[in-house]
Amino acid sequence: MDAVLYSIPYLLDGLGITILVSLIVVALSLIIGVILGVGIIYGPLPLRLLIRLIGDGIRGIPILVLIFLVYYGMPALGLNLSSFWSAVTALTIFKSAHVIEYVRGAVLSIPRGQMEAGMSIGLVFRERLRFVIFPQAVRRFLPPWLNGVTDAVKGSALVSLLGVVDLMHAINQVIGRTYEPLPLYILGALLYFAINYSLSTLSKVLERRYSYIRE
Amino acid sequence: MGYQLSFTQIWANFDKLSGGLLLSLELALISIAIGALIGLVLAIWYVSAGRIGRTLISAYVEFIRNVPLLLLVYLVFYGLPTAVNIAYSAPVSFVATLSLYAGAYLVEVFRSGLDAVPKGLMDAGKAMGLTPWQRLIYVRLPTMTRITLPALSNTFISLFKDTSIASVIAVPELTYGAQWINNKTFRIVEVYAVTTVLYVVTGYVILFGLRLLERRFRVER
Repeated sequence: MDAVLYSIPYLLDGLGITILVSLIVVALSLIIGVILGVGIIYGPLPLRLLIRLIGDGIRGIPILVLIFLVYYGMPALGLNLSSFWSAVTALTIFKSAHVIEYVRGAVLSIPRGQMEAGMSIGLVFRERLRFVIFPQAVRRFLPPWLNGVTDAVKGSALVSLLGVVDLMHAINQVIGRTYEPLPLYILGALLYFAINYSLSTLSKVLERRYSYIRE
Repeated sequence: MGYQLSFTQIWANFDKLSGGLLLSLELALISIAIGALIGLVLAIWYVSAGRIGRTLISAYVEFIRNVPLLLLVYLVFYGLPTAVNIAYSAPVSFVATLSLYAGAYLVEVFRSGLDAVPKGLMDAGKAMGLTPWQRLIYVRLPTMTRITLPALSNTFISLFKDTSIASVIAVPELTYGAQWINNKTFRIVEVYAVTTVLYVVTGYVILFGLRLLERRFRVER
C-alpha cells in the first residue's frame, strides 16, 4: 500500500505524458486521415490506388515494429527526431491509416442521391462536402473513431519502450524502486481503464443516439 | 555522407527472423484457439446467464478491451507470480495473456453471431424434436461459425500482429529476432525493413487464404 501511495505523483506525471501523446496523435491523425480519406473516395484513380496501397500496408505492420522502424529509420534518412516525436510520428502514421477507413465507411454510407441533390442546386464540390456530405457522415464517423481513440491511448503505452516516461514507463520505474509489481500494474490498469472506458461508453452512447439514421 | 545500406548481415542471420516468424504464427494460432474456446463458452453462458453472470462477463470483456496489451503482458509475467505460487515461462505467460485478450474480443463476436442465427432454424430444430443441447450443437453453433468466420479471421490477423509485443518479455518471436540481429550487427534500418516486409506479406497471405475460406463457407441470405 505504501508503494501505491509513493507512486502516485510519478504515475500522474506519466499519465500527463500519456494523455499528451494521445491528444497529439488523435488530432494529427484526424486531420491527415480526413484529407486522405476524402482523397481515397473522390481523388483520381492513381491517387486512390496509392492511398489504398500505403494505407493497407501500414495497417499490416504491427504498431510496435512501426515505432521501431520510425525511431531507428528516420536518422538514416537524415531526420533526427527525439524519442518522443518518433513515437508520436509512428503512432500518427498508424492512426491516420485507420482514420482513412472510418472516413471512407462514413462517407460511402451516405446515399448517392445526396451528392446529386447538392449538384442540382448548384453547389460546387467543396460546398457539397461541407454542407451536404460531412454533416451527415459525421454521425457515422464518430462512434468508430472514438473507439479508435481508445486504441491510440492503448498504443501510446508502447512509447515507453523508446524510453519516453509515459504512464507505462512511470509504472515500471516505480516498480524498479519498490519491487512491488502487482499492486502497481493493477493501479496502472485501472488508470488506463478509466480513460478508455469513458471513451468507449461515449462511443456507445453516440452510436445509440444516431442509430435512427437508417435510410 | 549518408547511411550505407547493407543486407548481407541480415541474410546471414535470417534463421532468427524465419524462426521468429514461425513462433509468432504459433503463438497467434494457440492464442486464437484458446481464446475462441473462452469466447464461445462465455458467449453461450451470457445468453442464458442471470444478471450476476452477465455483469461478470461484461467486466472481463471491458477490462481487457480497455487496458493496453503491453500492460497486461507485464501484469501476467511480472505481477502475477508475486501473488500466486506458480512458475511459468515467458512464452506460456504470453500465450495465456494473448488468449485472455482474444477471448474478450471473441465473446462479443460470438454473442452477436449467436444472435444472428435465424430464429426459423431453431424452430425447425425444435419441430424435429431435437433437445436444447442438440439444437445448440447441430443447428446454432455450425450456423454461428459460418456467420462469424470473417470476424474470426480479422481477429487472427490482429493477434498475429500483436505477437510482436511478446518481444518485451524476451519471447524469441519475429520482433525479438530483429532486436537480436540489431544487437549483434547494428544493421538496424535493414533488419526492421526486412521484418516489416515479413509481417506485411505474411499477414496478407494469411488474409487472402482466409478470405477464400470465407467465400467457401459464406451464408447465403
